[in-house]
Parts: sequence; C-alpha cells; structure tokens
Amino acid sequence: MTLIDGILPPAASWSRICLRGTALTLTDVEGGANVSALLYRACDRLERYCMPDTLKAQHVSRLTAGVALYSDMGRVLASLTHDTCGWHDAITGHATAAHVAARWGAASYQQARNDWRRSARDGLLVELAKHGLGARDLVANVNFFTKVAVGDAGDLAFVEGNSAAGAAVTLRFELDTLVVLCSVPHPLDPAPEWSPRPVRLQIARVDATTHEDAVRRACEENERGFAATEAALR
Amino acid sequence: MSAGAGARLTLDVDAGDGWIGELAAGETLRIIDLHGNQAVDTLFFDAGDYANRFSAVDTLREQGNAYLTLGSRLLALDLEPLVTIVADTCGRHDTLGGACSQESNVVRYGEHTRHMHACRNTFLAQALAWGRGLNKRDLPANVNFFMNVPLTAEGGLTFEDGISAPGKYLDLRADRDTLVLISNCPQLNNPCNGYDPTPVRLVVW
Repeated sequence: MTLIDGILPPAASWSRICLRGTALTLTDVEGGANVSALLYRACDRLERYCMPDTLKAQHVSRLTAGVALYSDMGRVLASLTHDTCGWHDAITGHATAAHVAARWGAASYQQARNDWRRSARDGLLVELAKHGLGARDLVANVNFFTKVAVGDAGDLAFVEGNSAAGAAVTLRFELDTLVVLCSVPHPLDPAPEWSPRPVRLQIARVDATTHEDAVRRACEENERGFAATEAALR
Repeated sequence: MSAGAGARLTLDVDAGDGWIGELAAGETLRIIDLHGNQAVDTLFFDAGDYANRFSAVDTLREQGNAYLTLGSRLLALDLEPLVTIVADTCGRHDTLGGACSQESNVVRYGEHTRHMHACRNTFLAQALAWGRGLNKRDLPANVNFFMNVPLTAEGGLTFEDGISAPGKYLDLRADRDTLVLISNCPQLNNPCNGYDPTPVRLVVW
C-alpha cells in the first residue's frame, strides 16, 4: 500500500522519520540524478548510518540490492531490497557551496528565485537542523544513483551515465529511521551546465523481514546484524 | 629533522591504549610502527572548533584517490587540511575501514567477541578524559595508519596484510592547530595487527 508518492525537486532537501515496516523507493525520473542521503535511528540520533561499518561488514565498496545499511551500533537501519541502477556511491561525499560556485557558478535566490544553486552541504545541514542535529552529526553520506569507479592504484573516476531514466532503488527500514536527502548534483559530475534532477519518492507498507530474506541471508555478518536489530526491538 | 633530537614529546602507546593531544600549526607528529603490522586508528579535529573535523570522504574525493599516502592532505569538513603526510615509509594507509567497536565486532565475528577490547571504546575513553564536550557524536570515519584495505573495480573491499613492517613510520605536519585522537588498535580477530597488537611510538617536534 502506497502511503506517500511525490517528487523531490532538483537541488532540494527532504527529511522524514520512516518507520520499520515501510520502504522508500527513489526513482531517477530523468536519468543522471544524485541523491545524497544520511540515516539516523529515530529514537536515538547518536546512532547513525556508518559508512565504514557498512562496507567492512559486507566487504563491499559499492551499494546495491542485497546490501544492508548499518548503524554505528551494529544494527541495520535499512536494507536495499531492490535496485535497477546497480551502483550507489558510499565514499565520495557531497558538494559544498564552494564546489557549486567553482563548478557551475553561484546563483543566489535573489538572482534565480527557486532555481538558485544550493549546495548539498547547506541542504543537509538545514534539514538536520530541523531535527536538532548539526555539523557534528554530518558523517559520510550515501550518494544514490552515483558511481565513482576505483582503479587499481586507487584513482577515483566519476562514471557518467550510471543511472538511466527510471532507475529505482528501494530502502526497506528495519528500524524507525530519520532519513535526510538532498538532490544536489555530485561534485565530481562533469556536466558543464548546472543540471540537478528530480527524484520520485514513494513510501509503501511492506511485509516484515523474514529469516529467509535475501539481504539477511547475503552473508553471515548480516545474519548477526539482523539478529542484533531484532534484539533492540524486544 | 630526525625524530628525537628536539622533540617536545616522545611517547610509546601500548596496543589497546590511546592518546589525545594537540599539535600546534607547523608541528610534526611522527607515528612509528615499532613492531610492524599495527593499525593506528586516528581522528583529527580543528582545535578551535571540534565540529570541523577530519572528513574521510572529502579527503578522498578532493585528492582523487581512495588511499592515503605521502602528500595526502587530510581535510576537515571545511575542505582545508588539518594535517599533511609529509613523510611515509609505509606507502599506503586506509580511511574507509573505520575503527573496530564492540558492536561491529559482534556483527563481523560473532557474539563471543562482544566484550573484546575495541578502538571506539578507546576513542570514547580518551574523549572523556579530554573533556570539553567531546563525545560519540565526534567520531566519524577515521584514518587507519599502516592498514591496507584495497577496493576492487567490482565494488568489493578486502582487508589485506603486509604493507607495514617494523620501524616504518609517517610524519604528519599540522596545517593548523589540530587535536589528534589515537587508538592503538587492539583487534585480535583479523590480520590488521598481524593477530598480535603491539606498541607504537609517537614523536612530536
């Protein structure tokens, strides 16, 4: 059952407490979107999405279907249950106002009204502030729909065309989670023109995660992570 | 300069122990892997504003490379350097593998490891001893000096052994007044410390 169906406009921010038993699907409407995301446990915002714990528990550096997003307390905040994009970035952060000005040129609200060029840093911080959070809560974010490839020597390269129009990824929440999103382009995006993209956000009720669940069964670490998550609900 | 002569601090940090202290802008911190294969989990903060702290993802993106090495500038959230690696006889250091914690140990290795010693407990103990409001909110992704965590083109991440060796060291020059928080890793469940955590030496001049 769909609870919410809306559009996050280009270069905009959004936050909501997403409940266990629901799933959020992000759809790259036009292709080439970037959505920077941060997650916090709703009842204890000191507990937050942790990039290193997520990567090392599952021995991954990319995020896609089958991957769990871990908190820094050994619990799963959300599972990536479906993904038609194939690669979401976890290791290259988000754009600051300096990036936007240097890459595409600044445009203030006074000049451009609601097409002003906001940065992901500013958008995330303002959204965090609505929940009493701030710079100390700003940790390594996910970039949905973005791929930054890693070469043999560690060199990083933004991959154009990673996300086609209609690409979608679904986060199923395993705990009540504060989700903060921002649709500003990635700072490594080589697009010569400022071209932020809209993203469709749909929230639906979903069945409880079973013991046979594909994300839970993906590795022994996830079996333990899901067990720890359920233990916190007792 | 060679570490030792003129040093204002020389300190051996045992495995499972930590250190917190400030570097003045222009000072150099040498970290010596005395016995080899010892991960040194480290965080950096602007000494005048702890919220402006080391950012692993900003550091990697701005340098265009997933590993830290000679010349790497370790950036704060303001995208300006806190410290720069100005000497490095090891060659590669990690900043994606994070610090071990009791909770992540349970996920990675099982319930029997819950009460084994872990870096984030050391970070918290050092932060509490330092005071000034430093706490769990101030623990983002850290640097693991002397640790080798290669990424693969397919999107994998592996923990490898064997880049560091006894006596290897690196020098960090403070680009501004910087608070340094160190946990000398006690991890016994993977090869990051060669299954035998050992002391490291800190020298500041």
